[in-house]
Amino acid sequence: MHAASAAPTPMVEMRRVTKRFGETTVLQDISLTFPEGSATAIIGPSGSGKTTVIRCINHLLPIDSGTITISGELLGYRRGKNGELVELTERQFCRERASIGMVFQHFNLFHNLTVLGNVMEAPITVQRVPREEARKRALEVLKRVGMSGREESYPSQLSGGQQQRVAIARALAMNPKLMLFDEPTSMLDAELVGEVLFVVRDLAKSGMTIIIVTHELVFANEACNRLVFMDGGRVLETGTPQEVLRSPRHERTKEFLKRIG
Amino acid sequence: MQNITFRERTPPAAEASTGTKVLEPVSSAEPAPSVRLAKNYGFESAVGAVVVIILTGALLVSALTNPAFGWSVFAEYFFSEPILRGVVWTLILTAISMFVAVALGTLLAIMRMSANPILRAYSIMFCWFFRGIPVLVQLIFWYNFALLFSYIGPFQTNDVVTPFIAAILGLGLSMAAYMAEVVRGGILSVGAGQVEAIRSLGMTRAQGLRRVILPQAMRVLLPPMGNELIALLKWTSLASVIAVSEVMHESSLIYSRNFQVIPLLLVAAMWYLLVTTVFSVGQRYLERHFGKGGH
Repeated sequence: MHAASAAPTPMVEMRRVTKRFGETTVLQDISLTFPEGSATAIIGPSGSGKTTVIRCINHLLPIDSGTITISGELLGYRRGKNGELVELTERQFCRERASIGMVFQHFNLFHNLTVLGNVMEAPITVQRVPREEARKRALEVLKRVGMSGREESYPSQLSGGQQQRVAIARALAMNPKLMLFDEPTSMLDAELVGEVLFVVRDLAKSGMTIIIVTHELVFANEACNRLVFMDGGRVLETGTPQEVLRSPRHERTKEFLKRIG
Repeated sequence: MQNITFRERTPPAAEASTGTKVLEPVSSAEPAPSVRLAKNYGFESAVGAVVVIILTGALLVSALTNPAFGWSVFAEYFFSEPILRGVVWTLILTAISMFVAVALGTLLAIMRMSANPILRAYSIMFCWFFRGIPVLVQLIFWYNFALLFSYIGPFQTNDVVTPFIAAILGLGLSMAAYMAEVVRGGILSVGAGQVEAIRSLGMTRAQGLRRVILPQAMRVLLPPMGNELIALLKWTSLASVIAVSEVMHESSLIYSRNFQVIPLLLVAAMWYLLVTTVFSVGQRYLERHFGKGGH
């Protein structure tokens, strides 16, 4: 079916997604498409729903209506008899979820494991990769993020920037087809932001599909090829960074850019 | 190394108006004067210290001069064969009951945090029941279990539930109820971020618990667990009433024959203190081991 259609299946497609926390609606009927190989930055004021978008994509949060597909497949849901979505238990879809890497604002490294232990853990327990191969893969990704030589350190012995790079390596060790970044630099001192963004830029260049929630407009402009501006649970603008940053269509976007820029 | 001290500089007019004092470094060849800190003990604490010293001294003098302490009897029995055998049984009883309590307590804690309301309710009921009934009552109950059921399957109840098994049931189940809360506290102390990372990597709940959550919970969990272990060690003395031959039972057997009650109680007390001390040292070592990840 898909092979016959002209347009390639996008990596992520969100269609009419609504998400509520109790009475508050945090995502209001959002539709977004993330093509394969694209690097998308999501910007917007706090409380606009940016973080919720990426948390819904890998099903850390369940959605209330709409559909999200990853390479054309549902994640964490199956189709019911009447076309409605039925949520699966986590055990049923956790292997599929492992194909989506996620990097958090607070790093969330496992405190009880060394750097190497953090990176090797999921390949061994989830993907059943043999120990030696997991080790080889871990050393490779740690080299890629510039953390060779710190394999035996514990997270508490590293700076924030180093912890975040290990967190990126941990996600990369699963060979993900998609990487999600949730404000990866907002907890870092100004001087440590660069080393983390350097790694993300490198990933974007390598052709991996990435979605990053960020406040770093300069970074979004040069490393990403798509920009999404959100406000109040809605998507106000999508386009290339140049389009959105130079000639925003909405008043709200102009206002935000003036304040943050 | 050069000594650098600071002295107050007379502030220039501009600074004088704001009242700020400026410190400027002074290079000096002579060493900086040493400082002796005040000991703020105060009058009340001095009185308290004197009272404590007098009371302790009186106790020591009495222990050495009052023949009723019977130190010679104490020395005679401290390493005697029945006492040593009792100590070994005390340790075995403590170890097995603790194992039961930790395993069952962990299971209860996980059930308590389950999404399934029936498992949650069961865990709460279990803790309510076994924490609410005194250990002594439970021990005597299990000891007399045969009065309730003569047979367990094809076996005679008295063959299965021996006094030793009755003691393990009574001690282990009660301690499990306490341990469940200790473990739950430990699990709750692990941040939500760790759980999100576990989920995002595709690990199951069980994998996350085993590899990440429980090892991290250990740090928080060890100090209260050490307390419970020491409490359990002392609870084992209750098993003397159902004729388990642990150290308290052995002591009481001896003093019921020779009427040297105080010396033999001292023998048991000293053994409990000794074992408690060893446990405390072991606990400190374990805490250091599990603390190495830090935060």
